[in-house]
Amino acid sequence: MEYIIIIISAIFVNNIVLAQFLGICPFLGVSTRVSTSLGMGAAVTFVMAITSVVAYLLQYYVLVPLGIEYMQTIVFILVIAALVQMVEIILKKVSPALYQALGIFLPLITTNCAVLGIAILLVQKEFNLGESVVYSVATAIGFSLALVLFAGIRERLELEDLPKAMRGIPIALITAGILAMAFMGFSGLV
Amino acid sequence: MVLVLFCITLICSAAVGLVYQATKGPIDAAKAAKVTQAIALVLPEFTNDPGTEKQVIDVDGGQVTVYTAKKGDTVVGYAVETFTNNGFGGLIKLMAGFLPDGTICKVETLQHSETPGLGDKIDRSKSDFSVQFEGKNPGTYRLAVKKDGGDVDAITASTISSRAYVDALTRAYKTVQSLTNSADHE
Amino acid sequence: MSKLQILTKGLIKENPTFVLMLGMCPTLGTTTSAINGLGMGVATMFVLVMSNIVISLIKNLIPGKVRIPAFIVVIASFVTVVQLVMEAYLQSLYATLGVFIPLIVVNCIILGRAEAFASKNGVFDSALDGLGIGLGFTCSLTLLGAIREMLGSGSIFGTKFITGDGILIFVLAPGAFIALGYLLVLFNKLTAKLK
Repeated sequence: MEYIIIIISAIFVNNIVLAQFLGICPFLGVSTRVSTSLGMGAAVTFVMAITSVVAYLLQYYVLVPLGIEYMQTIVFILVIAALVQMVEIILKKVSPALYQALGIFLPLITTNCAVLGIAILLVQKEFNLGESVVYSVATAIGFSLALVLFAGIRERLELEDLPKAMRGIPIALITAGILAMAFMGFSGLV
Repeated sequence: MVLVLFCITLICSAAVGLVYQATKGPIDAAKAAKVTQAIALVLPEFTNDPGTEKQVIDVDGGQVTVYTAKKGDTVVGYAVETFTNNGFGGLIKLMAGFLPDGTICKVETLQHSETPGLGDKIDRSKSDFSVQFEGKNPGTYRLAVKKDGGDVDAITASTISSRAYVDALTRAYKTVQSLTNSADHE
Repeated sequence: MSKLQILTKGLIKENPTFVLMLGMCPTLGTTTSAINGLGMGVATMFVLVMSNIVISLIKNLIPGKVRIPAFIVVIASFVTVVQLVMEAYLQSLYATLGVFIPLIVVNCIILGRAEAFASKNGVFDSALDGLGIGLGFTCSLTLLGAIREMLGSGSIFGTKFITGDGILIFVLAPGAFIALGYLLVLFNKLTAKLK
């Protein structure tokens, strides 16, 4: 039950992009085609799942025992950067097909604040290991959902005849606002 | 190459460590001051430092902290840091002041993520919702919104927030009751 | 480029929010009021100036290959400093900005300036560059915060000028996107006219 609430809350109610404003850069940058959005979403889900485990272990088996919780930001960002690199190398060796599909998105993920944000949030929310993994995967699914929905809308928007000043990012932001409004309908669900 | 990176990390960590040492005192002081301030808001005048006389009690999967405020040697009231997970935006934390007989003195909202303009009216600065509890004794005053057969006027269009608020208050009252009762029997 | 140009380019010509479109997460996430936008802007500006100074000082010591991780360490350190100082002296602002303070680390503006400017220029110029871009960012955030606060809660810097509630949606998530979207339209229109 607890897990179901976490999942629904992370995907719909507190959608990471539309309600928490994390990962806006890839949201606006990558979401011009549905196919690339799917790729980005998959890559983020993959990295987030691993990050959540690593962040959990680091926080409770390294930082807390040593009494250096204040080093959290530095340690987490370095570990995420290294992790992304490692995932890239391993993927290249183990599964070239998957690497082909996700490869180009991986370097972009290091500076994706959603990943660091999740690591920090799950420590803040005092989740246990199971909850951390469920929460981060659900969040990543929420991210992918927002990305794919938005890409679908933008593919159509491109065909519209807009005033020059509105083309590109401005109209994308306004559309995102309307999408965020739709997602507000989910609040109170949990 | 690795050595340079290692040195940079070492120097940076040392610098951050120094700042941490320097700010540790002020951070703790600021946190303690915040608690004392919140207690002072919900209780009549006291002379002790309630921050040092606290009891942490585990209930319903969370923690409720009771601070005992004294003037001289007489107990003037209990400030209870209570919570509920039933808010529209999840967790709500309240600081509720109770007089020794269980009457509610004042309630302050410490933390919430309710909808601005609707649920956030639980906050004293936003509406008079929290004022209605002042001077009421939950022994005779039914702590439930009117829709549920109680005496509490819910915030218009924010029944969930109001119910959650009442839930947190009830938890605080029960904790105080159990504490004072066990003290009587000693 | 003259010193004055370095300092002022961040305000309009290379405004991080309206032209470069960097650092969108804190821009949208923290601007529920003018004061929050200002606080976030100043915190970012501090990190930007300090990391620019340090990076331009040590730029010759860092081998090219570990450049980015080294920059990240420096930036993360200053972010932690800001975090600790805020927690000590500005409790309420610290609580409102929440997770966005540690997330200054991944603000693309800071790493971007380190890579594009501080690693190639002198200390003084880098400091000016950080200050200029930081000011541009602060101004944009304060402006967006002020607009959202005016429309959403009918107040400015916490002083209410209407009775009752504002147009709530502007304080909530969708309002952030919509307000910034229309602000960009306006900015585009104005700069197009100037050209």
